[in-house]
Amino acid sequence: MESDGLALKWRRIPNRYRLLGSHCENCGANFFPPRKICPNCGRKTKMVEKTFSGYGKIYSFTVVRTPTEEHKENAPYILAIVQLDEGPKLTAQIIKDNNKEIKIGSRVKLAFRRITEDGKEGLIHYGYKFQVIK
Amino acid sequence: MASIVGYGFYIPRLRIKVEEIARVWGEDPEQIKESLGVTEKSVPEIDEDAATMAVEAARNAINFAEIDPKKIGAIFVGSESHPYAVKPTASIVAEAVGAVPNLTAVDMEFACKAGTTAIQACMAMVDSGMIEYGLAIGSDVAQSKPGDALDYTSGAGACAFIIGKEGIADIKATASYTTDTPDFWRKQGASFPSHGGRFTGEPAYFKHVTEASKALLKKINLQPKDFDFAVFHQPNAKFPVRVAKILGFSEEQVNQSLVVKKIGNTYSASSMLGLASVLEVAEPNQKIFVTSFGSGAGSDSFIIETTEKIKTKKRGLLKKMLEEKEYVDYAIYLKNKKVLKSE
Amino acid sequence: MRRVAIVGVGMSKFGELWDKSLRDIIAEAGLMALEDANMESKDIQALYGATMASGELIGQEHVAPLIADQMGFKNIPATRVENACASGGTALREAYLAVASGAFDIVAVGGVEKMTDVSTSLATTALGGAGDQEWELFQGATFPALYALMARRHMYEFGTTEEQMAMVAVKNHENAYKNKFAQFHNLITVDDVLNSKLVADPLKILDCSPITDGAAVAILAPVEIAKKYNDAPVEIIASAQASDRIALHDRENLTSLKATQIAAKEAYKQAKLEPNDIQVCEVHDCFTIAEILAIEDLGFFKKGEGGKATEDGQTKIGGKVAINTSGGLKGCGHPVGATGIKQAVEITWQLRGEAEGRNTNAEIGMTHNVGGSGATAVVHIFKRV
Repeated sequence: MESDGLALKWRRIPNRYRLLGSHCENCGANFFPPRKICPNCGRKTKMVEKTFSGYGKIYSFTVVRTPTEEHKENAPYILAIVQLDEGPKLTAQIIKDNNKEIKIGSRVKLAFRRITEDGKEGLIHYGYKFQVIK
Repeated sequence: MASIVGYGFYIPRLRIKVEEIARVWGEDPEQIKESLGVTEKSVPEIDEDAATMAVEAARNAINFAEIDPKKIGAIFVGSESHPYAVKPTASIVAEAVGAVPNLTAVDMEFACKAGTTAIQACMAMVDSGMIEYGLAIGSDVAQSKPGDALDYTSGAGACAFIIGKEGIADIKATASYTTDTPDFWRKQGASFPSHGGRFTGEPAYFKHVTEASKALLKKINLQPKDFDFAVFHQPNAKFPVRVAKILGFSEEQVNQSLVVKKIGNTYSASSMLGLASVLEVAEPNQKIFVTSFGSGAGSDSFIIETTEKIKTKKRGLLKKMLEEKEYVDYAIYLKNKKVLKSE
Repeated sequence: MRRVAIVGVGMSKFGELWDKSLRDIIAEAGLMALEDANMESKDIQALYGATMASGELIGQEHVAPLIADQMGFKNIPATRVENACASGGTALREAYLAVASGAFDIVAVGGVEKMTDVSTSLATTALGGAGDQEWELFQGATFPALYALMARRHMYEFGTTEEQMAMVAVKNHENAYKNKFAQFHNLITVDDVLNSKLVADPLKILDCSPITDGAAVAILAPVEIAKKYNDAPVEIIASAQASDRIALHDRENLTSLKATQIAAKEAYKQAKLEPNDIQVCEVHDCFTIAEILAIEDLGFFKKGEGGKATEDGQTKIGGKVAINTSGGLKGCGHPVGATGIKQAVEITWQLRGEAEGRNTNAEIGMTHNVGGSGATAVVHIFKRV
């Protein structure tokens, strides 16, 4: 049904749209996505919201040629682990750009794109991808 | 007085040449380039749409204006290619730029002039004190029937203006002209738009642009020669130059705005990108005349004057965005616009 | 805790078993194990059942009582264990603990996966559940992609080559060739691997383990009564397990599986052994790069030298330590829930000298089973009683 998984994905909109994560004031660690308990601090956790700048670099990458059904339209696409400037790493697609070399260490910036769609009549799920910048 | 506090834009990197489109349909590219004044147009990636481009343009505008997004009191997104028929693009933008939740937002549609009407709405809300900042966006993945004349010019892009007070360019006055004129339309559920061929010219574009412009000039008691720049809606590179002449503007006044030559007609973003292109190079205290056109039909006209503040801002991004490009062929173009589907 | 031994093992053929259902293959493996242990169904006191995705693949949850019934066990406690691709190894550990603690004397552990009743696309999506749904899979990650990210980083940090990774697949097919239960009985070359279709750069289709149907069963008893059931019981002298953060991007680094390192360290401690003491080992080669990481993380070779060791033939039968004599996941096949148990079956046969055509005459063997991209690792060490 078009509404399956609706609330599951809706909850993540602020995180996926604008990189809203969290920061533990007790130990200074940054987290994306946000989490309730700091792995370093346990019950001493003092978690507050933090929005990341969107800048980072490529830690590793691959080209996905056999995607799952919901990602077929976009294939083949570059998938990377990006390390944000503020520390946390995340998994995201890198926007294709034949004019730029994409390698470990390439500097990237946040972009807003369609990630998946729940079929013709279902919702469009937007979120983060990254583009290589010089 | 309402003022442009910041502007931003987004143009996808991909391009398709007129030659490539003509190749598929067996037409003469030179003749088409000559008659339209367009050599290539922008093409979205398959994971882009009017919402994603609106967000990128809005983010750029907010960075340019250096304002706190939470102070945006209203967001209007004008488009003819909103991703949903019901569920606003404006709330997606609001969430993406972090303006949520204390604001009003709504989508607009009036063919290619929806974005400029959004500017008028923001002006009124700012002037009345209802909001501190308003965000007006025009964004389109311009639609056309494959093989139709519009296939050569329908581009993709978005432009955003942040309206507030005491910005880089004051909006001195505005006037509009609206009638029920069916020159270009798309029914609910139809895959592609339809248009009236030559009817889109005189009774539509030229009538409404000239009437709105004349009304505004009369209201403010200014003449074309008083302006440093003129911006008219750009369905191709010929109409704006012709209407300029009809009104008494020169080709030189219009030239800076003609982004259509490089990216085609971005529909709701068209006049706004023309204006942005002028703001990229304008000096302080220069007068800019803008008249948009939206099929169905109507025109919004504006008189804008730059302030000293324009010199304090880092400009030049549009030129970079226009130069960053990669060409695709007709099949990729159709695939990316979701015209070529596998189900 | 009591000492525990494996007294009976069995497995079905691994492959695309169109004629056989999940119930058929688990019964087949169960019967073989009962015969091997000289036991009747009524002798079994508890069952641990491992399957990762029976719900998505055949619409069946609650498989433990189903497996128990199919094998003729009546009314015994039956528990399903799920830890993605480490379901089998984890179930083995649970069975071991059940006997070691004294709670039960005779415990059966069965792993099974029926993957070909759905399209390859759905099977792949089901496997994807082993990763982080919201932050990896939603973003377009697939399992080959996650391991490709590890491969790229391993190549970048240590100079591991695509050829070295290919040699893992070549060796595992060589071993599978001799294993009548294995899915593949074709020999391949390095060029075959390098020229095969790219799945997630740099991993190609022959770098990846297949979709497989299969089942494996082991029966455990305390060492003190083991010889009553089998002349050649194999003792589990170490059982260890560790977890890590589920998303690959949350790990400390991409070139080791910390869970493997921790579980291995604990296992060596329990057995009072060192990596050099292990003569034969079934590792979790879901992708060729995974074997390279495993032989480093288990301590057989220094970090970064796994590729070279493979290239030099050190992991072949007759090499420093024989890795994946069954053919591994790549050559023997990877019916997810069954793999961890199959590894124990292979080591049992190796230590008994019953691994036809591929015996290593080993006295000490090890198994290594991983869940997802490394969020779970289970390590067992075995020795002839």
